[in-house]
Amino acid sequence: MSGEVVTRLMKGNEALALAAIAYGVDSYFGYPITPQSEILETLSAKHPETMTVLQAESEVGAIHMVYGAAACGKVAFTSSSGPGFSLMQGGISYMCGAGLPAVIVNVMRGGPGLGTIQPSQADYYQVVKGGGHGDYHLFVVAPSSPQEMADFLPLAFDWAFRYRNPAVILADGTIGQMMERVSLNILRHGTFDTTWAADGTLHKRSTYNRISSLRLDPADMEQVTVERFEKYALAEKNDARSEVFAVEDADTLLVAFGSVSRVARRACEIAAEEGLRVGLFRPITLWPFPAEALRKAATSARHVVCVELNMGQMIDDVRLSLSSTPLSESVLHYGHTGGITLSPSEIVTFVKTIS
Amino acid sequence: MTEETVVYHRPRLLTDKPMHYCPGCSHSAINKILADTIADMGREDSVIGVSPVGCAVLIYDYINIDWVEAAHGRAPAVATAISRLRRDRLVFTYQGDGDLSAIGISEAVHAATRGENITIIFVNNALYGMTGGQMAPTTPIDMKTVTCPKGRDAATHGHPLDMLALLASLPGVCFATRENVLSPTSVRRAARSLRTAFENTLERRGTSVIEFMAACPTNWKMSPIDAVVHLTNRLKTLKTGRIK
Repeated sequence: MSGEVVTRLMKGNEALALAAIAYGVDSYFGYPITPQSEILETLSAKHPETMTVLQAESEVGAIHMVYGAAACGKVAFTSSSGPGFSLMQGGISYMCGAGLPAVIVNVMRGGPGLGTIQPSQADYYQVVKGGGHGDYHLFVVAPSSPQEMADFLPLAFDWAFRYRNPAVILADGTIGQMMERVSLNILRHGTFDTTWAADGTLHKRSTYNRISSLRLDPADMEQVTVERFEKYALAEKNDARSEVFAVEDADTLLVAFGSVSRVARRACEIAAEEGLRVGLFRPITLWPFPAEALRKAATSARHVVCVELNMGQMIDDVRLSLSSTPLSESVLHYGHTGGITLSPSEIVTFVKTIS
Repeated sequence: MTEETVVYHRPRLLTDKPMHYCPGCSHSAINKILADTIADMGREDSVIGVSPVGCAVLIYDYINIDWVEAAHGRAPAVATAISRLRRDRLVFTYQGDGDLSAIGISEAVHAATRGENITIIFVNNALYGMTGGQMAPTTPIDMKTVTCPKGRDAATHGHPLDMLALLASLPGVCFATRENVLSPTSVRRAARSLRTAFENTLERRGTSVIEFMAACPTNWKMSPIDAVVHLTNRLKTLKTGRIK
Protein backbone atom coordinates (compact mmCIF):
# COMPACT_ATOMS: atom_id res chain seq x y z
CA MET A 1 0.00 0.00 0.00
CA SER A 2 2.73 2.43 1.02
CA GLY A 3 3.56 4.94 -1.69
CA GLU A 4 0.59 3.97 -3.86
CA VAL A 5 -1.58 7.00 -4.62
CA VAL A 6 -5.27 6.24 -5.05
CA THR A 7 -7.28 8.94 -6.78
CA ARG A 8 -11.03 8.68 -7.12
CA LEU A 9 -14.36 10.24 -6.23
CA MET A 10 -15.26 9.66 -2.61
CA LYS A 11 -17.09 11.05 0.41
CA GLY A 12 -15.16 12.89 3.11
CA ASN A 13 -16.06 10.19 5.64
CA GLU A 14 -14.69 7.50 3.33
CA ALA A 15 -11.51 9.49 2.66
CA LEU A 16 -10.87 9.76 6.37
CA ALA A 17 -11.39 6.02 6.92
CA LEU A 18 -9.06 5.10 4.04
CA ALA A 19 -6.47 7.55 5.33
CA ALA A 20 -6.59 5.87 8.75
CA ILE A 21 -5.88 2.49 7.14
CA ALA A 22 -3.00 3.86 5.06
CA TYR A 23 -1.57 5.67 8.08
CA GLY A 24 -1.47 2.36 9.99
CA VAL A 25 -3.89 3.26 12.80
CA ASP A 26 -4.14 0.31 15.21
CA SER A 27 -7.76 0.66 16.23
CA TYR A 28 -11.10 2.34 15.72
CA PHE A 29 -14.05 2.17 18.12
CA GLY A 30 -17.29 3.82 17.09
CA TYR A 31 -21.05 3.96 17.31
CA PRO A 32 -23.34 4.75 14.38
CA ILE A 33 -24.69 8.29 14.05
CA THR A 34 -25.58 10.39 11.01
CA PRO A 35 -23.80 12.09 9.25
CA GLN A 36 -20.59 10.12 9.87
CA SER A 37 -21.54 6.41 9.89
CA GLU A 38 -19.58 5.80 6.67
CA ILE A 39 -16.37 5.95 8.71
CA LEU A 40 -17.37 2.87 10.76
CA GLU A 41 -18.89 1.24 7.67
CA THR A 42 -15.82 1.77 5.48
CA LEU A 43 -13.45 0.50 8.16
CA SER A 44 -15.70 -2.53 8.79
CA ALA A 45 -15.77 -3.33 5.05
CA LYS A 46 -12.02 -2.91 4.48
CA HIS A 47 -11.02 -4.20 7.93
CA PRO A 48 -7.28 -4.63 7.54
CA GLU A 49 -5.78 -7.44 9.61
CA THR A 50 -3.55 -5.06 11.51
CA MET A 51 -6.45 -2.90 12.70
CA THR A 52 -8.95 -3.57 15.47
CA VAL A 53 -12.35 -2.23 14.37
CA LEU A 54 -15.15 -2.54 16.91
CA GLN A 55 -18.70 -1.23 16.96
CA ALA A 56 -19.13 -0.15 20.56
CA GLU A 57 -22.33 -0.33 22.65
CA SER A 58 -22.45 3.48 22.89
CA GLU A 59 -20.32 6.56 22.38
CA VAL A 60 -19.48 6.31 26.08
CA GLY A 61 -18.14 2.80 25.51
CA ALA A 62 -16.32 3.89 22.34
CA ILE A 63 -14.40 6.78 23.91
CA HIS A 64 -13.30 4.65 26.86
CA MET A 65 -12.15 1.92 24.47
CA VAL A 66 -10.06 4.60 22.77
CA TYR A 67 -8.78 5.55 26.25
CA GLY A 68 -7.78 1.92 26.87
CA ALA A 69 -6.12 1.57 23.48
CA ALA A 70 -4.14 4.79 23.97
CA ALA A 71 -3.23 3.80 27.54
CA CYS A 72 -1.54 0.62 26.32
CA GLY A 73 0.41 2.55 23.68
CA LYS A 74 -1.68 2.01 20.55
CA VAL A 75 -2.76 4.44 17.84
CA ALA A 76 -6.53 4.80 18.24
CA PHE A 77 -9.40 6.98 17.08
CA THR A 78 -13.15 7.33 17.13
CA SER A 79 -15.70 9.48 15.33
CA SER A 80 -19.16 10.80 16.05
CA SER A 81 -21.50 13.75 15.63
CA GLY A 82 -23.07 16.22 18.10
CA PRO A 83 -25.23 14.03 20.36
CA GLY A 84 -22.61 11.26 20.45
CA PHE A 85 -19.72 13.68 20.78
CA SER A 86 -21.44 15.15 23.85
CA LEU A 87 -21.51 11.68 25.42
CA MET A 88 -17.75 11.39 24.90
CA GLN A 89 -16.84 14.50 26.91
CA GLY A 90 -16.04 12.59 30.12
CA GLY A 91 -13.61 10.29 28.34
CA ILE A 92 -11.96 13.19 26.52
CA SER A 93 -11.41 15.00 29.83
CA TYR A 94 -9.91 11.83 31.35
CA MET A 95 -7.55 11.47 28.39
CA CYS A 96 -6.35 15.05 28.87
CA GLY A 97 -5.86 14.39 32.59
CA ALA A 98 -4.02 11.12 32.02
CA GLY A 99 -1.94 12.49 29.12
CA LEU A 100 -3.18 10.14 26.42
CA PRO A 101 -2.88 10.68 22.67
CA ALA A 102 -5.89 9.91 20.46
CA VAL A 103 -7.92 11.45 17.66
CA ILE A 104 -11.65 12.15 17.83
CA VAL A 105 -13.56 13.14 14.71
CA ASN A 106 -16.72 15.25 15.06
CA VAL A 107 -18.76 15.55 11.86
CA MET A 108 -21.07 18.31 13.08
CA ARG A 109 -24.85 18.33 12.70
CA GLY A 110 -27.31 20.89 13.98
CA GLY A 111 -28.24 21.04 17.65
CA PRO A 112 -28.88 21.34 20.54
CA GLY A 113 -30.60 18.10 21.41
CA LEU A 114 -31.40 15.67 18.65
CA GLY A 115 -31.45 18.74 16.39
CA THR A 116 -31.03 17.96 12.75
CA ILE A 117 -28.83 15.66 10.68
CA GLN A 118 -28.04 18.55 8.34
CA PRO A 119 -24.63 20.32 8.44
CA SER A 120 -23.79 22.80 11.18
CA GLN A 121 -20.84 24.42 12.91
CA ALA A 122 -22.63 24.89 16.22
CA ASP A 123 -20.25 22.64 18.22
CA TYR A 124 -17.47 25.25 17.98
CA TYR A 125 -17.76 26.33 21.62
CA GLN A 126 -17.97 22.75 22.86
CA VAL A 127 -14.93 21.52 20.96
CA VAL A 128 -12.70 24.60 21.00
CA LYS A 129 -13.52 25.94 24.47
CA GLY A 130 -13.95 22.68 26.38
CA GLY A 131 -16.98 20.48 26.76
CA GLY A 132 -15.54 18.20 29.39
CA HIS A 133 -14.55 19.19 32.91
CA GLY A 134 -11.25 20.68 34.02
CA ASP A 135 -8.35 22.74 32.70
CA TYR A 136 -7.51 21.47 29.24
CA HIS A 137 -7.37 22.23 25.53
CA LEU A 138 -7.76 20.02 22.50
CA PHE A 139 -5.87 20.47 19.26
CA VAL A 140 -8.69 21.24 16.80
CA VAL A 141 -8.18 21.14 13.05
CA ALA A 142 -11.01 21.90 10.61
CA PRO A 143 -10.93 20.35 7.10
CA SER A 144 -12.73 22.09 4.25
CA SER A 145 -12.80 19.22 1.75
CA PRO A 146 -12.79 15.40 1.55
CA GLN A 147 -9.12 15.71 0.53
CA GLU A 148 -8.36 17.48 3.80
CA MET A 149 -10.37 14.88 5.77
CA ALA A 150 -7.65 12.47 4.67
CA ASP A 151 -4.69 14.84 4.86
CA PHE A 152 -5.45 16.16 8.34
CA LEU A 153 -5.57 12.70 9.98
CA PRO A 154 -1.75 12.34 10.13
CA LEU A 155 -1.51 15.96 11.28
CA ALA A 156 -3.90 15.27 14.18
CA PHE A 157 -2.14 12.06 15.27
CA ASP A 158 1.28 13.67 15.02
CA TRP A 159 0.12 16.48 17.28
CA ALA A 160 -1.61 14.05 19.73
CA PHE A 161 1.52 11.95 20.22
CA ARG A 162 3.86 14.94 20.32
CA TYR A 163 1.89 16.52 23.17
CA ARG A 164 0.26 13.37 24.67
CA ASN A 165 -3.17 15.00 24.43
CA PRO A 166 -6.28 14.27 22.35
CA ALA A 167 -6.76 16.03 19.02
CA VAL A 168 -10.05 16.66 17.21
CA ILE A 169 -10.81 16.74 13.51
CA LEU A 170 -13.80 19.08 13.40
CA ALA A 171 -15.72 18.64 10.19
CA ASP A 172 -19.36 19.22 9.38
CA GLY A 173 -21.99 17.18 7.59
CA THR A 174 -21.16 18.90 4.30
CA ILE A 175 -17.54 17.72 4.38
CA GLY A 176 -18.44 14.24 5.63
CA GLN A 177 -21.11 13.62 3.01
CA MET A 178 -19.92 15.48 -0.10
CA MET A 179 -18.12 13.54 -2.83
CA GLU A 180 -15.04 14.99 -4.46
CA ARG A 181 -11.93 13.81 -6.16
CA VAL A 182 -9.47 12.69 -3.48
CA SER A 183 -5.84 11.68 -3.96
CA LEU A 184 -4.94 9.41 -1.09
CA ASN A 185 -1.25 9.85 -0.55
CA ILE A 186 -0.90 8.99 3.12
CA LEU A 187 2.35 7.50 4.38
CA ARG A 188 2.46 5.05 7.24
CA HIS A 189 3.24 6.74 10.55
CA GLY A 190 6.72 6.58 12.03
CA THR A 191 7.57 5.32 15.49
CA PHE A 192 5.83 7.14 18.33
CA ASP A 193 7.35 7.29 21.79
CA THR A 194 5.17 5.04 23.96
CA THR A 195 7.66 4.30 26.75
CA TRP A 196 5.10 5.79 29.17
CA ALA A 197 2.36 3.31 28.19
CA ALA A 198 0.88 0.66 30.49
CA ASP A 199 1.48 -2.08 27.94
CA GLY A 200 2.51 -4.86 30.30
CA THR A 201 6.09 -5.01 29.09
CA LEU A 202 7.98 -4.68 32.35
CA HIS A 203 10.80 -6.84 30.98
CA LYS A 204 11.69 -3.91 28.69
CA ARG A 205 11.87 -1.27 31.43
CA SER A 206 12.81 -0.79 35.05
CA THR A 207 9.60 0.67 36.50
CA TYR A 208 5.90 -0.01 36.29
CA ASN A 209 3.77 2.34 34.22
CA ARG A 210 0.57 3.79 35.61
CA ILE A 211 -2.00 5.70 33.57
CA SER A 212 -4.04 7.90 35.90
CA SER A 213 -5.61 11.35 36.09
CA LEU A 214 -6.07 11.28 39.88
CA ARG A 215 -4.03 13.81 41.85
CA LEU A 216 -5.21 13.98 45.45
CA ASP A 217 -2.48 16.39 46.53
CA PRO A 218 -3.46 19.94 45.43
CA ALA A 219 0.18 20.96 44.90
CA ASP A 220 0.71 17.92 42.67
CA MET A 221 -2.57 18.62 40.82
CA GLU A 222 -1.53 22.21 40.18
CA GLN A 223 1.95 21.16 39.09
CA VAL A 224 0.77 18.67 36.42
CA THR A 225 -1.80 21.19 35.18
CA VAL A 226 0.81 23.94 34.89
CA GLU A 227 3.08 21.51 33.03
CA ARG A 228 0.23 20.67 30.65
CA PHE A 229 -0.31 24.36 29.98
CA GLU A 230 3.40 24.78 29.25
CA LYS A 231 2.84 22.26 26.44
CA TYR A 232 -0.21 24.24 25.32
CA ALA A 233 1.85 27.45 25.26
CA LEU A 234 4.32 25.71 22.97
CA ALA A 235 1.48 24.60 20.72
CA GLU A 236 0.02 28.11 20.62
CA LYS A 237 3.42 29.40 19.55
CA ASN A 238 4.15 26.78 16.90
CA ASP A 239 1.09 24.95 15.68
CA ALA A 240 -1.53 27.49 14.59
CA ARG A 241 -2.37 27.20 10.89
CA SER A 242 -4.38 29.37 8.58
CA GLU A 243 -4.67 30.46 4.97
CA VAL A 244 -5.71 33.66 3.25
CA PHE A 245 -7.30 34.65 -0.06
CA ALA A 246 -7.27 38.12 -1.58
CA VAL A 247 -6.54 39.87 1.71
CA GLU A 248 -4.15 42.45 0.22
CA ASP A 249 -6.02 45.77 0.07
CA ALA A 250 -9.23 44.03 1.15
CA ASP A 251 -11.83 46.43 2.40
CA THR A 252 -13.90 43.71 4.01
CA LEU A 253 -12.36 40.61 5.55
CA LEU A 254 -14.44 37.45 5.80
CA VAL A 255 -13.41 34.94 8.48
CA ALA A 256 -14.69 31.40 7.98
CA PHE A 257 -13.60 27.82 8.71
CA GLY A 258 -14.37 24.37 7.29
CA SER A 259 -16.94 24.06 4.51
CA VAL A 260 -18.00 27.68 4.94
CA SER A 261 -14.51 28.90 4.05
CA ARG A 262 -15.05 27.58 0.52
CA VAL A 263 -18.39 29.34 0.18
CA ALA A 264 -16.78 32.52 1.50
CA ARG A 265 -13.90 32.23 -0.97
CA ARG A 266 -16.37 32.05 -3.85
CA ALA A 267 -18.09 35.11 -2.37
CA CYS A 268 -14.74 36.96 -2.56
CA GLU A 269 -14.47 36.08 -6.25
CA ILE A 270 -18.01 37.27 -7.02
CA ALA A 271 -17.40 40.46 -5.05
CA ALA A 272 -14.20 41.14 -7.03
CA GLU A 273 -16.16 40.79 -10.28
CA GLU A 274 -18.47 43.48 -8.93
CA GLY A 275 -15.57 45.74 -7.98
CA LEU A 276 -15.62 45.08 -4.23
CA ARG A 277 -12.44 44.29 -2.36
CA VAL A 278 -13.32 41.34 -0.13
CA GLY A 279 -10.73 38.94 1.30
CA LEU A 280 -10.89 35.70 3.28
CA PHE A 281 -9.07 34.55 6.38
CA ARG A 282 -9.52 30.82 7.04
CA PRO A 283 -8.38 29.41 10.39
CA ILE A 284 -7.26 25.81 9.69
CA THR A 285 -6.59 25.14 13.36
CA LEU A 286 -9.33 26.42 15.67
CA TRP A 287 -7.19 25.66 18.69
CA PRO A 288 -4.58 27.00 18.71
CA PHE A 289 -6.42 29.91 17.08
CA PRO A 290 -4.23 31.72 14.51
CA ALA A 291 -4.67 35.13 16.16
CA GLU A 292 -1.45 36.71 14.96
CA ALA A 293 -2.06 35.67 11.35
CA LEU A 294 -5.59 37.08 11.58
CA ARG A 295 -4.32 40.47 12.78
CA LYS A 296 -1.91 40.52 9.87
CA ALA A 297 -4.62 39.56 7.37
CA ALA A 298 -6.89 42.29 8.71
CA THR A 299 -4.33 45.08 8.22
CA SER A 300 -6.21 46.86 5.44
CA ALA A 301 -9.75 45.86 6.42
CA ARG A 302 -12.40 48.32 7.57
CA HIS A 303 -15.01 45.60 8.17
CA VAL A 304 -14.67 42.04 9.46
CA VAL A 305 -17.47 39.52 8.96
CA CYS A 306 -17.35 36.18 10.73
CA VAL A 307 -19.32 33.75 8.58
CA GLU A 308 -20.43 30.63 10.42
CA LEU A 309 -23.12 27.94 10.39
CA ASN A 310 -24.23 28.86 13.91
CA MET A 311 -25.53 31.86 15.84
CA GLY A 312 -22.02 33.28 16.28
CA GLN A 313 -19.40 31.28 18.15
CA MET A 314 -16.01 31.65 16.46
CA ILE A 315 -16.74 35.38 16.41
CA ASP A 316 -15.61 35.49 20.07
CA ASP A 317 -12.11 34.33 19.08
CA VAL A 318 -12.07 36.72 16.13
CA ARG A 319 -12.96 39.66 18.40
CA LEU A 320 -10.40 38.55 20.99
CA SER A 321 -7.70 38.27 18.31
CA LEU A 322 -8.48 41.79 17.09
CA SER A 323 -8.95 43.28 20.56
CA SER A 324 -5.80 45.36 20.23
CA THR A 325 -7.12 46.93 17.00
CA PRO A 326 -10.01 49.34 16.31
CA LEU A 327 -11.67 46.56 14.31
CA SER A 328 -12.70 44.58 17.39
CA GLU A 329 -15.72 46.82 17.94
CA SER A 330 -17.07 46.26 14.45
CA VAL A 331 -16.76 42.51 13.87
CA LEU A 332 -20.07 41.25 12.54
CA HIS A 333 -21.58 37.79 12.30
CA TYR A 334 -23.33 36.38 9.30
CA GLY A 335 -24.62 32.86 9.00
CA HIS A 336 -27.38 30.32 9.19
CA THR A 337 -28.13 27.62 11.70
CA GLY A 338 -30.45 24.66 11.91
CA GLY A 339 -28.93 22.86 8.92
CA ILE A 340 -29.39 25.60 6.32
CA THR A 341 -26.19 26.11 4.35
CA LEU A 342 -24.89 29.37 2.89
CA SER A 343 -24.69 30.60 -0.69
CA PRO A 344 -21.84 32.84 -1.94
CA SER A 345 -24.28 35.42 -3.32
CA GLU A 346 -26.03 36.02 0.00
CA ILE A 347 -22.65 36.71 1.64
CA VAL A 348 -21.92 39.28 -1.10
CA THR A 349 -25.33 40.85 -0.54
CA PHE A 350 -24.58 41.14 3.18
CA VAL A 351 -21.16 42.69 2.51
CA LYS A 352 -22.85 45.30 0.31
CA THR A 353 -25.20 46.29 3.15
CA ILE A 354 -22.30 47.13 5.45
CA SER A 355 -19.82 48.75 3.05
CA MET B 1 19.50 -21.84 66.79
CA THR B 2 17.56 -24.09 64.47
CA GLU B 3 17.23 -23.13 60.85
CA GLU B 4 13.94 -21.35 60.22
CA THR B 5 11.70 -22.18 57.30
CA VAL B 6 9.62 -19.41 55.78
CA VAL B 7 6.02 -20.61 55.59
CA TYR B 8 4.40 -17.21 55.08
CA HIS B 9 5.71 -14.00 53.62
CA ARG B 10 4.44 -10.65 52.46
CA PRO B 11 3.32 -10.92 48.81
CA ARG B 12 6.23 -10.03 46.57
CA LEU B 13 4.18 -7.63 44.41
CA LEU B 14 2.70 -5.60 47.27
CA THR B 15 4.38 -2.22 47.64
CA ASP B 16 5.46 -0.79 51.02
CA LYS B 17 2.83 1.94 50.83
CA PRO B 18 0.39 1.71 53.78
CA MET B 19 -3.08 0.82 52.51
CA HIS B 20 -5.82 3.38 53.13
CA TYR B 21 -8.56 0.77 53.57
CA CYS B 22 -10.63 0.93 56.80
CA PRO B 23 -10.19 -1.67 59.55
CA GLY B 24 -12.20 -4.78 58.66
CA CYS B 25 -12.57 -3.82 54.98
CA SER B 26 -12.22 -6.80 52.64
CA HIS B 27 -10.26 -4.90 49.96
CA SER B 28 -6.88 -5.41 51.67
CA ALA B 29 -7.28 -9.21 51.72
CA ILE B 30 -8.52 -9.21 48.10
CA ASN B 31 -5.58 -7.00 47.03
CA LYS B 32 -3.26 -9.49 48.70
CA ILE B 33 -4.84 -12.48 46.93
CA LEU B 34 -4.54 -10.61 43.64
CA ALA B 35 -0.86 -9.76 44.20
CA ASP B 36 -0.09 -13.36 45.21
CA THR B 37 -1.93 -14.91 42.27
CA ILE B 38 -0.21 -12.70 39.66
CA ALA B 39 3.19 -13.49 41.24
CA ASP B 40 2.44 -17.23 41.54
CA MET B 41 1.54 -17.33 37.85
CA GLY B 42 4.73 -15.42 36.99
CA ARG B 43 2.72 -12.80 35.06
CA GLU B 44 3.87 -9.55 36.68
CA ASP B 45 5.73 -8.50 33.55
CA SER B 46 2.84 -9.30 31.20
CA VAL B 47 -0.27 -8.16 33.04
CA ILE B 48 -2.31 -4.97 32.71
CA GLY B 49 -4.79 -4.15 35.48
CA VAL B 50 -7.67 -1.73 35.00
CA SER B 51 -8.50 0.05 38.24
CA PRO B 52 -11.84 1.58 39.23
CA VAL B 53 -13.26 4.69 40.78
CA GLY B 54 -14.36 3.76 44.28
CA CYS B 55 -12.63 2.56 47.44
CA ALA B 56 -10.00 0.69 45.39
CA VAL B 57 -9.10 3.75 43.30
CA LEU B 58 -5.57 3.72 44.74
CA ILE B 59 -4.96 0.01 44.12
CA TYR B 60 -2.23 0.95 41.65
CA ASP B 61 -0.23 2.27 44.60
CA TYR B 62 -0.35 -1.12 46.31
CA ILE B 63 0.37 -3.72 43.63
CA ASN B 64 3.47 -3.38 41.48
CA ILE B 65 2.18 -4.01 37.96
CA ASP B 66 1.15 -1.83 35.01
CA TRP B 67 -2.20 -0.18 35.74
CA VAL B 68 -4.71 1.87 33.76
CA GLU B 69 -7.15 3.88 35.85
CA ALA B 70 -10.61 3.88 34.26
CA ALA B 71 -13.38 6.42 34.70
CA HIS B 72 -16.24 5.36 36.99
CA GLY B 73 -17.86 2.25 35.49
CA ARG B 74 -15.87 2.22 32.25
CA ALA B 75 -13.26 -0.40 33.16
CA PRO B 76 -14.76 -3.17 30.94
CA ALA B 77 -14.66 -0.82 27.90
CA VAL B 78 -11.07 0.17 28.69
CA ALA B 79 -10.13 -3.49 29.19
CA THR B 80 -11.89 -4.47 25.94
CA ALA B 81 -9.49 -2.35 23.92
CA ILE B 82 -6.41 -3.44 25.87
CA SER B 83 -7.29 -7.13 25.60
CA ARG B 84 -7.89 -6.89 21.84
CA LEU B 85 -4.73 -4.86 21.16
CA ARG B 86 -2.39 -6.64 23.61
CA ARG B 87 -3.49 -10.20 23.04
CA ASP B 88 -0.68 -11.90 24.94
CA ARG B 89 -1.22 -9.92 28.15
CA LEU B 90 -3.33 -10.87 31.13
CA VAL B 91 -6.02 -8.17 31.35
CA PHE B 92 -8.38 -7.76 34.30
CA THR B 93 -10.66 -5.13 35.85
CA TYR B 94 -11.11 -4.54 39.58
CA GLN B 95 -14.49 -2.93 40.30
CA GLY B 96 -16.91 -2.24 43.12
CA ASP B 97 -20.66 -2.79 43.02
CA GLY B 98 -21.53 0.85 42.26
CA ASP B 99 -18.92 0.89 39.50
CA LEU B 100 -19.90 -2.44 37.90
CA SER B 101 -23.62 -2.82 38.56
CA ALA B 102 -24.87 0.80 38.45
CA ILE B 103 -23.00 3.35 36.34
CA GLY B 104 -21.00 0.73 34.43
CA ILE B 105 -23.66 -1.91 33.80
CA SER B 106 -23.80 -1.17 30.08
CA GLU B 107 -20.03 -1.57 29.61
CA ALA B 108 -20.02 -4.70 31.81
CA VAL B 109 -22.95 -6.40 30.07
CA HIS B 110 -21.66 -5.62 26.57
CA ALA B 111 -18.06 -6.64 27.29
CA ALA B 112 -19.39 -9.91 28.74
CA THR B 113 -21.80 -10.35 25.82
CA ARG B 114 -18.93 -10.01 23.39
CA GLY B 115 -17.02 -12.52 25.52
CA GLU B 116 -14.05 -10.19 25.91
CA ASN B 117 -11.02 -12.06 27.19
CA ILE B 118 -10.81 -10.33 30.51
CA THR B 119 -11.35 -11.19 34.17
CA ILE B 120 -13.77 -8.96 36.06
CA ILE B 121 -12.98 -8.85 39.79
CA PHE B 122 -16.20 -7.62 41.37
CA VAL B 123 -15.99 -6.47 45.00
CA ASN B 124 -19.51 -6.25 46.40
CA ASN B 125 -20.01 -4.53 49.75
CA ALA B 126 -23.68 -3.72 49.04
CA LEU B 127 -23.24 0.07 48.96
CA TYR B 128 -21.08 2.99 47.79
CA GLY B 129 -18.18 2.93 50.25
CA MET B 130 -15.94 5.79 49.20
CA THR B 131 -18.66 8.44 48.95
CA GLY B 132 -20.10 7.68 52.37
CA GLY B 133 -22.34 4.64 52.23
CA GLN B 134 -25.13 5.43 49.77
CA MET B 135 -27.52 2.76 48.48
CA ALA B 136 -26.28 0.70 45.51
CA PRO B 137 -28.18 -1.62 43.13
CA THR B 138 -26.82 -4.48 45.29
CA THR B 139 -28.14 -3.13 48.63
CA PRO B 140 -30.38 -5.83 50.16
CA ILE B 141 -34.01 -5.20 51.10
CA ASP B 142 -34.34 -3.58 54.57
CA MET B 143 -30.64 -2.60 54.75
CA LYS B 144 -30.26 1.00 55.93
CA THR B 145 -27.96 3.40 54.10
CA VAL B 146 -27.67 7.20 54.09
CA THR B 147 -29.88 7.37 50.98
CA CYS B 148 -32.42 4.80 52.23
CA PRO B 149 -32.33 5.65 55.96
CA LYS B 150 -35.44 3.61 56.72
CA GLY B 151 -34.08 0.60 54.89
CA ARG B 152 -34.30 -0.41 51.24
CA ASP B 153 -37.90 -0.83 50.22
CA ALA B 154 -38.63 -2.52 46.89
CA ALA B 155 -41.67 -0.34 46.19
CA THR B 156 -39.62 2.85 46.53
CA HIS B 157 -36.06 1.89 45.67
CA GLY B 158 -36.50 -1.14 43.45
CA HIS B 159 -35.20 -4.63 43.94
CA PRO B 160 -31.58 -5.58 44.61
CA LEU B 161 -29.64 -6.66 41.55
CA ASP B 162 -27.78 -9.98 41.45
CA MET B 163 -25.06 -8.82 39.06
CA LEU B 164 -23.18 -12.13 39.12
CA ALA B 165 -26.29 -14.07 38.05
CA LEU B 166 -26.99 -11.49 35.34
CA LEU B 167 -23.48 -11.77 33.91
CA ALA B 168 -23.46 -15.57 34.26
CA SER B 169 -26.57 -15.73 32.04
CA LEU B 170 -24.62 -14.30 29.10
CA PRO B 171 -23.10 -16.72 26.55
CA GLY B 172 -19.82 -14.76 26.46
CA VAL B 173 -19.14 -15.53 30.11
CA CYS B 174 -17.15 -18.75 30.61
CA PHE B 175 -16.69 -18.64 34.37
CA ALA B 176 -18.64 -16.99 37.19
CA THR B 177 -18.08 -17.55 40.88
CA ARG B 178 -18.95 -15.93 44.22
CA GLU B 179 -16.24 -15.86 46.87
CA ASN B 180 -15.44 -14.25 50.22
CA VAL B 181 -12.40 -13.62 52.40
CA LEU B 182 -13.94 -14.28 55.81
CA SER B 183 -11.76 -17.25 56.79
CA PRO B 184 -8.41 -18.78 55.80
CA THR B 185 -10.32 -21.55 53.99
CA SER B 186 -12.36 -18.99 52.04
CA VAL B 187 -9.24 -17.05 51.16
CA ARG B 188 -7.50 -20.16 49.80
CA ARG B 189 -10.56 -21.09 47.75
CA ALA B 190 -10.92 -17.54 46.42
CA ALA B 191 -7.26 -17.58 45.35
CA ARG B 192 -7.81 -20.84 43.45
CA SER B 193 -10.86 -19.34 41.72
CA LEU B 194 -8.94 -16.21 40.76
CA ARG B 195 -6.21 -18.37 39.25
CA THR B 196 -8.84 -20.29 37.24
CA ALA B 197 -10.30 -17.00 36.00
CA PHE B 198 -6.87 -15.72 34.96
CA GLU B 199 -6.07 -19.00 33.17
CA ASN B 200 -9.34 -18.67 31.23
CA THR B 201 -8.38 -15.14 30.24
CA LEU B 202 -4.91 -16.17 29.08
CA GLU B 203 -6.43 -19.05 27.08
CA ARG B 204 -8.93 -16.57 25.62
CA ARG B 205 -12.02 -18.58 26.59
CA GLY B 206 -14.24 -15.53 27.19
CA THR B 207 -15.13 -13.35 30.13
CA SER B 208 -14.54 -14.60 33.68
CA VAL B 209 -16.29 -12.97 36.62
CA ILE B 210 -15.28 -13.41 40.25
CA GLU B 211 -17.47 -11.72 42.83
CA PHE B 212 -16.08 -11.11 46.31
CA MET B 213 -18.75 -10.60 48.96
CA ALA B 214 -17.06 -7.87 50.98
CA ALA B 215 -17.49 -6.28 54.39
CA CYS B 216 -17.72 -2.51 54.90
CA PRO B 217 -17.81 -2.01 58.70
CA THR B 218 -17.45 1.79 58.39
CA ASN B 219 -20.55 2.33 56.27
CA TRP B 220 -22.48 -0.61 57.71
CA LYS B 221 -21.87 1.21 61.03
CA MET B 222 -20.65 -1.98 62.70
CA SER B 223 -17.48 -3.18 64.36
CA PRO B 224 -15.27 -5.32 62.10
CA ILE B 225 -16.32 -8.43 64.07
CA ASP B 226 -20.03 -7.61 63.77
CA ALA B 227 -19.53 -7.01 60.04
CA VAL B 228 -18.10 -10.51 59.67
CA VAL B 229 -21.12 -11.96 61.49
CA HIS B 230 -23.49 -9.89 59.34
CA LEU B 231 -21.80 -10.98 56.10
CA THR B 232 -21.73 -14.63 57.24
CA ASN B 233 -25.51 -14.43 57.70
CA ARG B 234 -25.95 -12.89 54.23
CA LEU B 235 -23.96 -15.74 52.72
CA LYS B 236 -26.65 -18.17 53.89
CA THR B 237 -28.84 -16.87 51.07
CA LEU B 238 -26.24 -15.60 48.57
CA LYS B 239 -24.21 -18.83 48.44
CA THR B 240 -20.48 -18.83 47.84
CA GLY B 241 -19.19 -20.95 44.96
CA ARG B 242 -19.07 -21.34 41.23
CA ILE B 243 -22.35 -20.72 39.42
CA LYS B 244 -20.95 -21.16 35.89
